[in-house]
Amino acid sequence: MATKILTPAVCYHCGNDCVEEHYVLEDKNFCCVGCRGVYQVLSQSGLCNYYNYNDHPGANRARLDKRFEYLDEPSIIADLVDYTDENVTTVTLYIPYIHCSSCIWLLEQLNRIEPAIFYSRVDFLKKQVNVRFKNREISLRQLVELMYDIGYEPLISLQDVVKKQTLGKKDNLVKKIAVAGFCFGNVMLLSFPEYLGLSEYEQTFKHFFGWLNILFSLPAAFYCGWGYFTSAYHNLKNKVLNIDFPLALGIAVMFIRTVAEILTHTGPGFADTLCGLVFFLLVGKFVQQKTYYHISFERDYRSFFPVSVQVIEENSEKPVPLADLKVGNRILIRHNEIIPADAILLKGDAQIDFSFVTGESLPVSKTLGEVVYAGGRQMGEALELEVVKPVSQSYLTQLWNNEAFTRKQDNRMQTFSEKVSKYFTIVLLTIAFGSLLFWSFTDFQRGLSAFTAVLIVACPCALALSTPFTMSAALSIFDKNLFYLKNTAVVEQLAAIDTIVLDKTGTITVGGNSNLTDYTKLDDAERQLVYSVCSNSGHPLSRQIGDYLGKQQKLPVAAYQEIAGKGITAQAGEHHVLMGSCGFVLGEKNPFNLSTEVHLMIDEVYKGYFSFKHLYREGLEEVTGLKDQYQILLLSGDNDHERTELAPYFEDKGAMHFNKSPQEKLDFIQSLQQTGRQVMMMGDGLNDSGALKQSDLGVAITDNVNNFSPGSDAILDGHSLSKLPRFLKFAKNTVTIIHCSFLISLSYNLVGLSFAVTGKLSALTAAILMPLSTATIISFTSIATHVAAKKRKLL
Amino acid sequence: MSIIYFLIGCSIVLALVFLLAFFWAQRHGQHDDLYTPSVRILLDEDSPEEEKK
Repeated sequence: MATKILTPAVCYHCGNDCVEEHYVLEDKNFCCVGCRGVYQVLSQSGLCNYYNYNDHPGANRARLDKRFEYLDEPSIIADLVDYTDENVTTVTLYIPYIHCSSCIWLLEQLNRIEPAIFYSRVDFLKKQVNVRFKNREISLRQLVELMYDIGYEPLISLQDVVKKQTLGKKDNLVKKIAVAGFCFGNVMLLSFPEYLGLSEYEQTFKHFFGWLNILFSLPAAFYCGWGYFTSAYHNLKNKVLNIDFPLALGIAVMFIRTVAEILTHTGPGFADTLCGLVFFLLVGKFVQQKTYYHISFERDYRSFFPVSVQVIEENSEKPVPLADLKVGNRILIRHNEIIPADAILLKGDAQIDFSFVTGESLPVSKTLGEVVYAGGRQMGEALELEVVKPVSQSYLTQLWNNEAFTRKQDNRMQTFSEKVSKYFTIVLLTIAFGSLLFWSFTDFQRGLSAFTAVLIVACPCALALSTPFTMSAALSIFDKNLFYLKNTAVVEQLAAIDTIVLDKTGTITVGGNSNLTDYTKLDDAERQLVYSVCSNSGHPLSRQIGDYLGKQQKLPVAAYQEIAGKGITAQAGEHHVLMGSCGFVLGEKNPFNLSTEVHLMIDEVYKGYFSFKHLYREGLEEVTGLKDQYQILLLSGDNDHERTELAPYFEDKGAMHFNKSPQEKLDFIQSLQQTGRQVMMMGDGLNDSGALKQSDLGVAITDNVNNFSPGSDAILDGHSLSKLPRFLKFAKNTVTIIHCSFLISLSYNLVGLSFAVTGKLSALTAAILMPLSTATIISFTSIATHVAAKKRKLL
Repeated sequence: MSIIYFLIGCSIVLALVFLLAFFWAQRHGQHDDLYTPSVRILLDEDSPEEEKK
């Protein structure tokens, strides 16, 4: 069935090159057993159409670790499912891998593999699948394992972010827009006859239309516009004048005057302006609410931890939900698993990667009996540990619950429209009362009419729309460039910052992608030897050496032994190969060693070493090139062994800070802020989360937006780091656009006011002016943003 | 011209029907996922030969 051959090929399932071993089934190549397994499952169920919609739609399955025992725990199941009774269960699972039409097709065909599934529906943007199944025939665990078998592993975490998001979005905004649009359309239709002039015998229609207009304005003002009244009231109570106050005032005055004019037969009223205003305002609100379904900005340590952990009790393993983990429990942590609580190491060779928690780039080895802090990821063999502190009191969690971390942000800068609307309101009220006073000496009726007309015509509709429309256009441009901002206010913060602080590990270094330098002199036979030995090892350094040496014929390897953290000994062909750290190969440690090295010895003859240097993320030069306009600092939790390599990027000696704990990072940001700087922090790990929160703008960098990233204001895909200077310039352009559109809307207001202060504002003028100004603002902002993005080459 | 009263009544009733239909669709989650159906419609039903395979 499966044979190993040696021609380069592309995996039929995942599209990777078949580098090492290589499997063939039904004339199709597969890079690993996992990919072949998925194909087998699919072909047995007649689901090979999966491969017809897209080339190589599958996920690479080289890593096989199927551990879903915890899904048998009733308490965990209860947390995960949406609905369950004796027969059926409905569950929504988050599957980060969903990316193409094949995924949708396959996941919706689940019931052909497993008839106990009633249906499965995919929501592509949310990357969710909703499954309803007979719980007597298959369990949740079997369902998840089935998905795993076909290459779609659900991501199950303690803090189910996705579900929370869908729950949180239940306001009636869409409904309100529908009602406002309905009223607006009808009122427009009913107002036209009056504007065009009704003849004497048609006067009865006028009253009929007037009454209908009042009827339609009622829901528009008091259902759709109710939010403005409550918001204005709350703001006044807190002694804040924001834009909602003139808006609410405008709506109220318009409604009252409409009713008064129609009841007294003195005019047509402003019903169409009122409905239009509310409609446009709500649309502006809607545009401002940008939701990224697949990204969460609010993740904390809980989504980083696994759902359960294996507890050893009387020689048997049992999955226990994290919340039920008690002091004294013995836990089993396998390769690539996270240690969820502070624990004492009892058994096994611990090589723990703390890069996410502390920023250290190299795995730390721990000896038996030592306390291992929560948050580390074991790299290597399975460990047994005894829990010494419950999850909620571990070092990491404590850090999180630190006051500074949880403190509500109140030092955020005011947005432009917040600053302006205060003065706007004051000026507006002054003009309104001024014209009332001016006319009331001669004609009180006219004064009243001027007063209300000012409030109606100067109602800052266009002003209220300029920010949301500009910002949402800007947000979608950032989005296209893989820079995801939490909300529209972040754009203004981005324009205001003057200091950029960078974390090192994970932020400017890329994991596992070091630069290899060859200090060995090997002939072809020796290269083959080393390649054969390296291909046996899963260690990242061995992999890189293997890749570097290129594809070679493999020799039989015997007596292979890998000592974690040290090196490899093996017998390849007739030669004995020893490779690993300096101390392991040569028996002595080199204390001056700054970079990572792999030394090599063949048949007791030293052959030199491979040296590995960190490779920095693409775009670091562009970012550090900003140092003329911005102060750029490095803030790392790691030690300073890369200081010399980083020196060319950060010329200023004082710009690099190493060995900082998470708390120190936070304090550092705070001290910068106290000197009046607007700080942008860029980080990736839990150790940066405090600093990200404290900074004026926290940006999390990640290679995969679906992966865990700490809570932040924005998430930047690592590939777009080089665009950061352009992002900053574009953000500044955006703010300029807002200023311009503000000027435009002000000039419209001035035109309107010149009519209004005379007390002779006709309903028709208001009805033309309001939609016209709105249309101008919307088109100006969207065109200008587009042009600015083109200029910055972001489109 | 009093037919206008009737016509306007009709038009408003009709508009209300559409508004209610929109509410109904909203409540039944028809606007929850605005993307997937556009892909789903392009996926073919399986041909019977495929089933046998």
